Amino acid sequence: MWRYIVQRLVLFIPTFLGITLIGFLIMHLAPGDPADLLAGGGLGAAAGEGISLEKRGTVDQALAQWRAQYGLDRPLHVQYGYWLKNLFTLNFGDSFKDNQPVAVKILDRLPVTLTLNILSIILVYLIAIPLGIYSATHSYSLGDQATTLAAFILFSLPVVWAGTMALVFLCGGDFYYWFPPAALTSIDYSPQWPLWWKIQDRAWHLFMPVLLLSYSGFAGLSRYMRTGMREVLEQDFVRTARAKGLAERVVIFKHVLRNSLIPMVTILASILPGLIGGSIIIETIFSIPGLGQLGYQAVLARDYPTVMALFTVSSMLALIGILLSDILLTVVDPRIAFGRREV
Amino acid sequence: MSAGKASLQGSAQNGGTLVGTAGSNRGAGYWSLVWRQFRRDRLAMAGLTVVAGLFVVAIFADFLANDKPYYMRYQGASYFPIFRSYLVQMGVGKWPPELLNVDFKELEGETKVFPPIPYRSNNIDLRAPFADPSPEHWLGTDKLGRDVMAGVVHGSRISLFIGFVSVGISLTIGIVLGALAGFFGSWVDLLISRLFELMLAIPTFFLLITIAALLPPSIFLTMSVIGMTSWVGIARFTRNEFLKIRNLDYVTAAIALGVSNRQVMFRHILPNALAPVMVSVVLGIAAAILVESSLSFLGIGVPADLVTWGSILNEARSNSFAWWLAVFPGLAIFITVLAYYLVGEGLRDALDPRLRGS
Repeated sequence: MWRYIVQRLVLFIPTFLGITLIGFLIMHLAPGDPADLLAGGGLGAAAGEGISLEKRGTVDQALAQWRAQYGLDRPLHVQYGYWLKNLFTLNFGDSFKDNQPVAVKILDRLPVTLTLNILSIILVYLIAIPLGIYSATHSYSLGDQATTLAAFILFSLPVVWAGTMALVFLCGGDFYYWFPPAALTSIDYSPQWPLWWKIQDRAWHLFMPVLLLSYSGFAGLSRYMRTGMREVLEQDFVRTARAKGLAERVVIFKHVLRNSLIPMVTILASILPGLIGGSIIIETIFSIPGLGQLGYQAVLARDYPTVMALFTVSSMLALIGILLSDILLTVVDPRIAFGRREV
Repeated sequence: MSAGKASLQGSAQNGGTLVGTAGSNRGAGYWSLVWRQFRRDRLAMAGLTVVAGLFVVAIFADFLANDKPYYMRYQGASYFPIFRSYLVQMGVGKWPPELLNVDFKELEGETKVFPPIPYRSNNIDLRAPFADPSPEHWLGTDKLGRDVMAGVVHGSRISLFIGFVSVGISLTIGIVLGALAGFFGSWVDLLISRLFELMLAIPTFFLLITIAALLPPSIFLTMSVIGMTSWVGIARFTRNEFLKIRNLDYVTAAIALGVSNRQVMFRHILPNALAPVMVSVVLGIAAAILVESSLSFLGIGVPADLVTWGSILNEARSNSFAWWLAVFPGLAIFITVLAYYLVGEGLRDALDPRLRGS
């Protein structure tokens, strides 16, 4: 098993390099220059007002100095080389915006995004699996058709719309104030609160974002569960199990369920890469200080080091997700041999 | 898992023989079977109707919501300003000097027949910002007094355009790469499969907003970027189909007859591999529309003066009292996406021979 994991990890290296290279090239080949953007806010505004040639020279000099400080004046491959070298020491450089080390900024916000996403993944599986089992065992009944339709509607519900609707109608505004419109804790939150209060406050703030992050997931996953389970239900061994007189409960939960959980595990891998991307919208709508919001702001400000770092972290998460689901797959289904590649 | 694979293979062969035996009316038999199956699915047909309706709205958007009248009598002469604006755009016609750059609503014409929504999506009216829905503005107005109904009608054009163009791009890339990988196998497959893995692990949405934010805002760039980041699904489907079909006898026969690789790939294999790809095309259109609405919701990738469904929704975020800005454009996105999903799902069922006749 360890040999297989190491083998996979080695294979990830070219993929990982490819991803970071793509990110790097996009950031650096796109028209526009962070120095100019920086100048556009501060120095350039002065330049626009028709300053003398002398001062213009000073501005240019300052910009050149700034570029040199961040190594932006070097050739691209040298910059990429330095970036890679720093990566080994987990040094993602300093943010262009506030000169804070990017790694620190990310670590600050990581718990928030992780909480959101882990909770929503748990919710996804908690709802999708029972729903899928119900739909598959009662297929074409009224209940199944209602679930199917509901899943379809939830799956097509754009998260931007659902989020805005929740904000407008349920979170303050002119309508109901059932949930807070922003942040993760109340303004008067204090560490002295009793634990139960803290949990309550957290739950109240997390409820809407987590629900919005997960609804399309459990809608989609319950369909996969239904399809997978129906496929297993039609197989011969299920008929055999029923024929030998096993209770229906045993057939469903012991024989069918285990076999239909396999595709559910692989889907975990496809959820992970979307974590940061998916939380961008929710974190922006609800002003939650997580990685998604950080990424969105960094992209708008052309904060190269931050964007690159987030890009790297999310693709690492994705690769880990793929590996994890491959390993889990063998746990759920011992027939899958290590090292054998599937088509 | 092995059973699923076997039945999939069965379906490909089934499709293959169907196409093969149709002979004289080339493949018509297969698609009419699919259509017959599709028609039975009431939800899918409802989706198809909505999609068709959206096409009609998008094509005739200028006739549904326009600040120019259909017909006007002015100073003793008859004009058809909407039709004329098409001629002017094509460079065939010209506005008469007295009608150049005028507000048709202010003109003292004898008769004027306006479309049901007498606004364009970009008509700014600073006298009526955040107007409630009323007979005058059916769905209210936004902060610049732009009519939301007109925005929703004209936004259908943008979403339709985005959906089809970006999926067109991803279909082209996906089919070419998938076909190469599936047909040639060996190192070509290995290389292209690495590329798939890379694209799967890449944080697509983050990449998308990065590119869209770095490039100058333009609807065409956004479409291309969406297309170029969403081809993996189609490519993998195509590859898997090619892997299966490549080993069928008729392909071996074609190769033995000395048909060129290109011909075998695109004339003999591709038509039979397209069916499962069709499903991801339809679902891809829905996904592209969703992505575009998220981008314009975040204010990335579309020019500031372009009214899209996502951009109207974006205004609701900071003006939460204006509920109509949240409800209607979002409903439009939702209905469109739902319709495409229903069509896609219906198509998937119709293409699955195991369900046929059941």
